[in-house]
Amino acid sequence: MAKYYQPEIETASQEQIRAWQNERLVEQVKHVWNDVPYYRKKMEEKGVTPDDIKSVDDLYKLPFLTKDDLREAYPYGLMGKPASECVRIQSTSGTTGKRVVAFYTQHDVDLWEDCCARAIVAVGGTKDDVCHVAYGYGLFTGGAGLHGGSHKVGCLTLPMSSGNTDRQLQFMTDLGSTIICCTPSYAAYLAESIYEKGIRDQIKLKAGIFGAEAWSEEMRRDIEEKLGIRAYDIYGLTEISGPGVSFECEAQMGMHINEDHFIAEIIDPDTGEVLPEGEKGELVFTCITKEAFPLIRYRTRDICVLSRKPCPCGRTHVKMSKPMGRSDDMLIIRGVNVFPSQIETVLIEQGYPANYQIIVDRVNNSDTFEVMVEMSPENFSDSLKKITEMEKSLVGALKAMLGIAAKVKLVAPKTIARSEGKAVRVIDKRKI
Amino acid sequence: MNIYQISVFLENRAGQLSEITKLLADNGINLRAISIAETSDYGVLRMIADDAERASSILLEQGNIISMTPVSVVAVPDRPAGLSEVLSIIAEAGIDIEYMYSLFTHADDKAYMVFRVDGEEKLSSAIKAHDMEMATKEEIGLK
Repeated sequence: MAKYYQPEIETASQEQIRAWQNERLVEQVKHVWNDVPYYRKKMEEKGVTPDDIKSVDDLYKLPFLTKDDLREAYPYGLMGKPASECVRIQSTSGTTGKRVVAFYTQHDVDLWEDCCARAIVAVGGTKDDVCHVAYGYGLFTGGAGLHGGSHKVGCLTLPMSSGNTDRQLQFMTDLGSTIICCTPSYAAYLAESIYEKGIRDQIKLKAGIFGAEAWSEEMRRDIEEKLGIRAYDIYGLTEISGPGVSFECEAQMGMHINEDHFIAEIIDPDTGEVLPEGEKGELVFTCITKEAFPLIRYRTRDICVLSRKPCPCGRTHVKMSKPMGRSDDMLIIRGVNVFPSQIETVLIEQGYPANYQIIVDRVNNSDTFEVMVEMSPENFSDSLKKITEMEKSLVGALKAMLGIAAKVKLVAPKTIARSEGKAVRVIDKRKI
Repeated sequence: MNIYQISVFLENRAGQLSEITKLLADNGINLRAISIAETSDYGVLRMIADDAERASSILLEQGNIISMTPVSVVAVPDRPAGLSEVLSIIAEAGIDIEYMYSLFTHADDKAYMVFRVDGEEKLSSAIKAHDMEMATKEEIGLK
């Protein structure tokens, strides 16, 4: 059984990886300078030209890109190739207010799928496997990425997409799925359903690739035990490509970043200064092989640690820890990015005070999402029917804005907890 | 002569109702009728106070969310079929009742019911046309 999808790359020496990175970074900066006026302007403002970038050591000289840049440049401002050269777009999950659209040439899709194929082989996937992809298909990168990777490995690919658990379980038992790709919370839900139906002995799964949301070691053990599989983490973001930016190997101790495509840095989120290896800070990526959406020094806002300690799996690429938090206020709830400011916008539109509180918890391995909203005089009446209609309209508007359903709890005015005069907007009770 | 009901938003938590009744009691407000409609998460307390204007300003001062609604109070004959007759009159007049509840006040031959309808004038005319009575503020102890 092949242990690596691209052994010469995945086990290359540190020197070789560095050499690839140096060469590709220099080329990429020229490409961006010539073809992405938005970024060229940023470079000019910082007084940097492609001549200043001779190796990865010069990376720190380049300006950062943030989600705000992506919004400002929406939709075409950060494209590195004309649309006629692109074959695909993907978009971030469900956030109408802050949608990010990423473009791909055929070459970009190929390299992205290679990354996902590496992840599948790393969990033991071969052409004899039946790969059950239960990530959402569509704009979301989860389905498309693992689907493509599964094809490259030669697995029999089941493009299940998300939802319809009964159908998922039927295909899983009838077609003998051996690898499952989905969010960890959906894996936990499937495990629960399999247990309830008493069909564990008909399940042939051996491994799972679970990403797009934070999960704990405890949850990993729980899923592994209930499904009788090994559960692996995968990391990615639409801006950089999608799942497969990094992936876990058999060691289950951090995710290898595909360094031949992405240069990772850890910075101090407050000063932007690059931190030495092993220190905790914000993860920043530079895409060195992407053509259509070549982001340089993109700030992920994920807080983590990098490690170059040798890995028992034989892969040499740097490993990142699971993200330990965010350097902004974004929440990931059921795999969907949620910004408190989006909730505020909806509340104001619907005539409620902007004094709200979000309570997120994890019950039976699934995220619960409640928004406490203070009743307002204009939305109150003697009629319960009118109040519940207003409440339903608020729930609908939140769903339309966020892409996921929230439970709304109407409370009396001024009851939402404040600490030292400053409102506490988010209470995240999830133990991850 | 409008009779106003005060509605107060109630969170579902222990002691909320008692806080409101105590607040009114401490200010010498006498409640003539009270009713609660609730969902699993919150409720609407509806009441008729002897001095609606003062009661409402006290509630507002304490940061409550309230709403004032004109309601109809009918003097229902206190005998078998009394309420049934009143309801028939309302139904025949084509008036929808959103909700109703009774007053604590009771006379020898009359009970009093609060009706929330769309069209108080119409209700009042229909009741009077059938030789029945609408309550006066005085007889139910309102200021």
